[in-house]
Amino acid sequence: MALYTINVNGTSHQVDVDPDTPLLWILRDNLRLLGTKYGCGIAHCGVCTIHLDGEATRSCAYPISAIENKKIVTIEGLSEKGDHPVQKAWIEHDVPQCGYCQAGQIMTAASLLAQNSNPSDDEIRRAMNGNLCRCATYTRINRAIKTASKEM
Amino acid sequence: MTNKQTHLNLYKKIGLLALSLALVGIFAIACKAKNTSNGEYVSLPQAQKQDSLASIAAFKDVYAVLMHPRCMNCHPTGDIPLQGDESRIHTMLPQRGPDGKGISTMKCATCHAATGVPGEHTPPGNPSWHLPPADMKMVFQGKSARELALQLVNPEKNGHKDMQALREHAEDTLVKSGWNIGGHRELPPLSYDEFKEVWYAWIDNGAYAPSN
Repeated sequence: MALYTINVNGTSHQVDVDPDTPLLWILRDNLRLLGTKYGCGIAHCGVCTIHLDGEATRSCAYPISAIENKKIVTIEGLSEKGDHPVQKAWIEHDVPQCGYCQAGQIMTAASLLAQNSNPSDDEIRRAMNGNLCRCATYTRINRAIKTASKEM
Repeated sequence: MTNKQTHLNLYKKIGLLALSLALVGIFAIACKAKNTSNGEYVSLPQAQKQDSLASIAAFKDVYAVLMHPRCMNCHPTGDIPLQGDESRIHTMLPQRGPDGKGISTMKCATCHAATGVPGEHTPPGNPSWHLPPADMKMVFQGKSARELALQLVNPEKNGHKDMQALREHAEDTLVKSGWNIGGHRELPPLSYDEFKEVWYAWIDNGAYAPSN
């Protein structure tokens, strides 16, 4: 076990965990931030996506020992009132069906739009390739990202 | 000593000097213009040994390692890396990107952290996980031993490495990670130390390309 200080959603936390512990475990089990979901555990589905210094990152494959002083943002910290342009567009287009993947989808979409405020359909498809939706709501996801891009 | 003897000694000295210069020139040309059977040049440091048989024999083992999935998967013909012992197209279709480190939200580091987490099928970790850049793809997939050897020694195709830099590439952390990949993934056919031995033997004996 080792003591780590991490910055999550602007707040500093100390956790005493094994260096190999994936960040997802710490977010959910130690900090009780349950918006980020566990899907595959091997970075294949994108459900657990969070931001590390603004970059979309799979928290299930990221050990706490590799975090260093990077700033972590989860779905809970993406916006103060749930009013990030992607979140608003998600509601407008009624994107979720079961909703399990949406935290990861939204975090990836927000990271894409932060880097490219007006992505083409092809750029959206390529950027979202790593986020699976078993309800296959991909059409609505892509439309919502287009709508959100108008506010960026 | 007579004037005639003095002149003879002077002529001998001039002759020896001319002969020495000619030999140096011939050696330099020989070192510069190896592997020229198909018109391609390989520049070699002057001090290297020249043993084509030993060099080509070593490259046979080098080639077996470089074409193994642990090396070749990140040197694909296309712009999507390969994955697994079967060298299948990487799931999620991550793109090479201009610098070889992926695009926007699909960078290598999106899933490959500096160190991986333990477990079967988890993404291997490395702080510098990447493909070759888009402007010099350094493709291994589909290359014959001769094609790959000629590519490796050509600075216009090998990432602008001279022979010394190419030699030192064996110490690259991403190269080494091929032997520390985690899970039950198959390792290259030689150990890392054995690979370094044949890599150096190939280069130090002249970096010859096999005939096929």
